[in-house]
Amino acid sequence: MAATTTAPPIIHDQRRRRRRRAAVPYGFLAPAITLFLLFLALPIGYALYLSFRSVEMSGLGLGPASRAEVWAGLSNYSAALDDPEFLGSVGRILLYGTILVPTMIGLALMFALMLDSRRSRAKSFSRISIFLPYAVPSVIASLLWGFLYLPAVSPFHFAADKLGVGLPDILSARGVIFAVANIALWGGVGFNMVVLYTALKAIPTELYEAARLDGCGEIQIARRIKIPTIMPAVIMTTLFSMIATLQVFAEPTTLRPLTNTISTTWTPLMKVYRDAFTRDDIYSAAATSVILAVATFVVSFGFLRLVQRRAFEQER
Amino acid sequence: MMSTIATASASATPTTGPSRTARRGAGERPSWLATGLLMLGALYCLTPVAWVLVASTKSGAELFSTFTFTPSTHLFDNIAELSGYRDGLFWRWMLNTALYAGVGALASTLVSALAGFALAKYWFPGKRVVFNLLLAGVLVPGVVLAVPQYLLLAQVELTNTYWSVLLPSILSPYGIYLARIYTAAAVPDDVIEMARTEGAHDLRIFRVVAMPMMLPGLVTIFLFQFVAIWNNFLLPFIMLGDDRLFPLTVGLSGLLNQGASQPALYTLVVTGALLSIIPLIALFLTLQRYWRVDLAAGATKN
Repeated sequence: MAATTTAPPIIHDQRRRRRRRAAVPYGFLAPAITLFLLFLALPIGYALYLSFRSVEMSGLGLGPASRAEVWAGLSNYSAALDDPEFLGSVGRILLYGTILVPTMIGLALMFALMLDSRRSRAKSFSRISIFLPYAVPSVIASLLWGFLYLPAVSPFHFAADKLGVGLPDILSARGVIFAVANIALWGGVGFNMVVLYTALKAIPTELYEAARLDGCGEIQIARRIKIPTIMPAVIMTTLFSMIATLQVFAEPTTLRPLTNTISTTWTPLMKVYRDAFTRDDIYSAAATSVILAVATFVVSFGFLRLVQRRAFEQER
Repeated sequence: MMSTIATASASATPTTGPSRTARRGAGERPSWLATGLLMLGALYCLTPVAWVLVASTKSGAELFSTFTFTPSTHLFDNIAELSGYRDGLFWRWMLNTALYAGVGALASTLVSALAGFALAKYWFPGKRVVFNLLLAGVLVPGVVLAVPQYLLLAQVELTNTYWSVLLPSILSPYGIYLARIYTAAAVPDDVIEMARTEGAHDLRIFRVVAMPMMLPGLVTIFLFQFVAIWNNFLLPFIMLGDDRLFPLTVGLSGLLNQGASQPALYTLVVTGALLSIIPLIALFLTLQRYWRVDLAAGATKN
C-alpha cells in the first residue's frame, strides 16, 4: 500500500482509471440490479417472512391492540398442505396441465414441421393466422371464447338445435377444465409454433439432401433429422408451458361471471388471491405462494442449465 | 465504419441462410393433408377474431338470438355507446394501457440493453452470479411477487397509482437474456476497442457505437415487453382499486363481471374486446419481421 503514496503521479492516475474501468460494468448493471432487489428479491424475502408469521388474537379480538403478529413456525405450511381447497386446486391444475401441455406442444410441433415442409402450401397465411392469437391478451381471449361457449351464441349449439340434437354444455362442471384449456391452447400454440419453426429453419439444408437422395420422404426426414435436432427447443417450450400452467389465473377469473362452475379457489393462484385480498389472510397466502414457487423451481430446474450451456458458447 | 456496422447487424440476424430459398422445391408434389391441417389450424385461430368482428355489429338482443356469424348494422351505435359509458371510461383504459405498455416497455428495453451490454462485453467479478440471479427471475411465479409487492408498495403509499403497475413491469429477465445474446452477436469486440483507443468513454461507446448495432434486437425486446405488459392482468388487478387507472384487461374483465347483473353491458364488452385487440394486431402485422422468437438463439448460430 506504501507504493501508492510513493508512486509517481502518472501511475497513481493509471490505477485510478483502472479502478474506474472496473466499476463500469456495475454501472451499466445498476438499474437492473436495483429493480431486481426492490421488485424481486425484497418481495420474495418478504413473502418468506410472512409465511412464517401469523396473527394472534388476545381477549375478544377487538381493536388493533388485541391483534399481535407472532412467529408461527411451519404452521401456515402445514395448514396449506392440509387444506382440501388447496389440494383440490393443485389436482385440478395437474389435470389441466396434463391436458394442455402435450396438446399444445404436439400441435405446435406438427404445425412447425408442416410450415418447414416443402410440400405444404399457403404457408405464410397459416403462419400469421396461427401466431395471431399471441397478440390477444388472455383476458380478451377468455372473453371471446367465453361468449362462444354460451349455448345462445355458440355456432355448434346453433347447428345442433337446427338438427334437433342436444349438445353438452362445455361450461358445465365436467367440461369447464377443457373450456379453460382451450383458451390457453388458442393463445399459446402459435407462439410455441414460431419458436420451434425458428429452430427448424436453423438446421442446414445440406443435412437433408443426403437423406432425400436416399429416398427419404418428408415424414421420415422430420422423424429422423428434424425432431431430434430441435429437441432442446421442444424441451424448453414444454418447460415454459408447464411454468405458465402452474400460474394460470386470468382465464378462469375472467370466465367466472359466465358460469357457476369456477370457484374462487379453482386454481392455486386464485386461492392465493382470495386468501390475501378477500380474507385478508396474507400469512397463509404467502405460505401457499412459497409452496407454488418451490414447485415451479423443482419443475424448471433443468431448464436454466440447458439454456445457459447452449446459449453462451460464442462469447469470450 | 458504417459498413462494419451494417455487416455486423446483418450477420446478427439469425437463421434464414441463402439455402432457404432453394428449399421450396420446384415441382415438388404438394401435400394436401399438410396444407389442409395448417388451414384447419388457421381457421381455429381466426374464428374468435372473426366472431368478435361480427358480434360487435350486433345489438344487445341480436347478440344472443341471431346466428353466431350473421352480421348486423349496429357497430357504430355500439362504439358510440361504449364511448359514452361513464364519460369515455373505455378510452381512458385504452390510454392507460398504452401508457403502461409503452413507457414500461421503453424503460425495460433500456435497462435490458444496459445490462445485456455489460454482461456480453465486460468481464467482472460476480458476472455469472449476477446473470444467473437476473435470469432466475423468469422462473418466479407472478403471484409470489404480486402479493408482497402490493404490501410493500402499500407501505410507501404507491398502490393504486400508475407507478404501482409501471415500476414492477420494468425488469425483464428475458429482455436481459436477449440483449446479452444480441450484443454478443452484433457488436464486435474490435469495434469497441477501436472506439476506446480513440478515447471514447464507456457510456458513449454504448450509446453511439453499440446501441445502433443492437437496434434490431432492441426492437424485438421492446415488442415482447410491450405485449407482456399489455397482456398482464394479475399485477394491475391486484394493485389498482380506482377504475380510472385500469388498463383494458382489468377494465373489460370488470365490465363482464357487472354484465352478470346488467346484460346490456355485454355489447359494450364485445365491442370493447374488438377495439382493444385492433392496436395490438396492427402492431403485430406491421412489425412482423421483428418477431424473432428464438429462445435458444445461441444454438441457432451455425
